[in-house]
Amino acid sequence: MTQDNNTLVDVQNLSKLFPIGQGVFKQAESFVHAVSGVNLKIKRGESVGLVGESGCGKTTTGKLLTRLIDPSEGNIFLDTDEGRVDIAHMRGKEMKIFRRRVQMIFQDPYESMNPRLTIYDTVAEPLNVQGIGTVAEREARVSDLLETVGLTPASSFLFRYPHELSGGQRQRVAIARALVINPDFVVADEPTSMLDVSVRTGVMHLMQDLADRFGVTYLYITHDLAVARYMCDRIAVMYLGKIVEIGNTEDVLQHPKHPYTKALLSAVPVPDPTYTREPILIKGGISRPVDPEPRCRFYDRCPLADKICEGNDHPPLEDQGGGHLAACYHI
Amino acid sequence: MSTISSPVDATYIPLWRVRLRLFWRAVKTNWAMFAENPIGLFGLGLIIFFGLFALAHPILISTVWEAKIYDPVNGFDIEIPYHPSPPSAKHLLGTDPMGRDVLSQLMFSTRYEFALGMISAIVTVLIATSIGAIAAYYGGITDILLMRIVDLVIMIPYLPILIVMSALMRVGMIELALFIGILSGFGGTAIVIKSQALTVKVKPYIEAARISGGGDFHIIFTHMVPNLLPIALLYMMFVVTGAIFSEAVLSFFGLTEIDMSWGLMINTTQVFGYIMRFDAWYLLLPASLAITLLCAAFYMVGRALDEVVNPRLRER
Ligand SMILES: Nc1ncnc2c1ncn2[C@@H]1O[C@H](COP(=O)(O)OP(=O)(O)OP(=O)(O)O)[C@@H](O)[C@H]1O
Ligand SMILES: [Mg+2]
Repeated sequence: MTQDNNTLVDVQNLSKLFPIGQGVFKQAESFVHAVSGVNLKIKRGESVGLVGESGCGKTTTGKLLTRLIDPSEGNIFLDTDEGRVDIAHMRGKEMKIFRRRVQMIFQDPYESMNPRLTIYDTVAEPLNVQGIGTVAEREARVSDLLETVGLTPASSFLFRYPHELSGGQRQRVAIARALVINPDFVVADEPTSMLDVSVRTGVMHLMQDLADRFGVTYLYITHDLAVARYMCDRIAVMYLGKIVEIGNTEDVLQHPKHPYTKALLSAVPVPDPTYTREPILIKGGISRPVDPEPRCRFYDRCPLADKICEGNDHPPLEDQGGGHLAACYHI
Repeated sequence: MSTISSPVDATYIPLWRVRLRLFWRAVKTNWAMFAENPIGLFGLGLIIFFGLFALAHPILISTVWEAKIYDPVNGFDIEIPYHPSPPSAKHLLGTDPMGRDVLSQLMFSTRYEFALGMISAIVTVLIATSIGAIAAYYGGITDILLMRIVDLVIMIPYLPILIVMSALMRVGMIELALFIGILSGFGGTAIVIKSQALTVKVKPYIEAARISGGGDFHIIFTHMVPNLLPIALLYMMFVVTGAIFSEAVLSFFGLTEIDMSWGLMINTTQVFGYIMRFDAWYLLLPASLAITLLCAAFYMVGRALDEVVNPRLRER
């Protein structure tokens, strides 16, 4: 693994196990392997999409990267002015400083803002808790950002409450809030999935625009491949806590390698009634990665599964050429 | 709100004035909701009436009422041959068996009832909010310990304990207010506030605050407490009712060291054997009615506030 200067986030062997049936006086009986052994490098300025079905661990990955939850195992290296730091085991003051570097945009614009705080208070909160600037400076900065995200004139939004705004407007406020302290890296957890289709593209366009302007790097979590295609330079496909395929967006979508990615793509509707596509059949339904067997996670549902898959551990992510990686024994 | 402008404008309005204006607007909208409820308005009217009633006493004493005759504790009217005396022009509600003016006693006691109710309500709600918020926020072993304390407080028969306490030590108005505040009922309130805190705790805005670097203190005080305050205020009203009632019970048994209160007025009536004498109604009725009305008033305001605080209860 060579380390180039361009890497902003370098995730190594990241895992998160959630105990099941644990009590204050009781040991956990088993564990949900929500994220297990994830390796991911994100370059400065690029947008990486994280796609996968519900429950595969996308949000958990996002929360690990923002250190909302503590990883069970693994390292997360972040490139900062002071060099490469491992944020996986940070605490205290160091952690608070790190909080300026990474922000998150949440899925639900109705729940991600305190209904009792004004828009100004919501957007200024990061500046406030980090003690950046004077009150007047914060006010100027917040007004400025509100205008940047298209809430003009800012003065007519500053002192309104979230319930007075539409969903699209709220998500713009959430974006302004995430960018107010100039973070390097923003995790966006399905930021447009709760929005009306009519305002969705506007918000996506805004996010891209701001990424270019402020040099923000996104991890864009979504289950919508069309959104991922629009927003992301690279796509990582996740299945039950593992990244099974990763590569440039067009490579992954045009020439999927992993049987799971192929199945995902075959589920995307095509607006052409004459189009026929060979159906890719995968068996079974969504499962939960509770104490998984030491073999390929996709084994139970894979059309290609055979003896090799059964006898070996989960396959490693291997380069299939051109930075396109997939984890399967049958490629 | 188009008058509020950004700092770059010449018409810039400082932040604190904006906040004051927002606060005032919130008060107005909440008042409009409260005012829709006639029961709440009636209760509030009663509370205001009692407030004026309490305020009027020192004024009357220093102007028209001669202290020697009308003092609620030591006054005595020698011109009347036999006490208790029924209502007359001089003593609108008569005099008690010790020759003191009943109306003066009634008015004088009102301020104590208010103070007692307010102090114990504030104490109860402070404890309940802290326990509820901390138990919900930290969870785990903290939660378990705090909730067991709550269970204990719920099970404590607090009136008997107050009776024992007052036998052991001097219980004045402040002590009584604190005892009632601590013992009477933070249990139920803490559970309600905790359940509210639990729903707030899992909101993404708490996570957003944490990602921005907000510590526990910041999260509890800027995000949790403001969302708990309306319910806390609501329960304060009900605690006031309970406190006034408890004081009346204790004073009736003569267990408090309070120089005058509504409960004590009933106690005097009973001690002198007038409690079942309907011709001496003016001894028993005013104090009993005052207790009932003030308790009811706070309860009614509480009910009306409930509708303001819980949108689900609002009919529309
Ligand atoms: N706090 C938790 N405790 C226990 N299990 C959890 C917890 N959070 C997530 N999980 C489990 O971890 C797995 C991954 O959840 P996660 O929320 O990351 O999925 P997701 O990919 O974001 O799904 P969706 O697309 O529905 O948002 C799920 O099986 C979930 O049940
Ligand atoms: Mg999710």
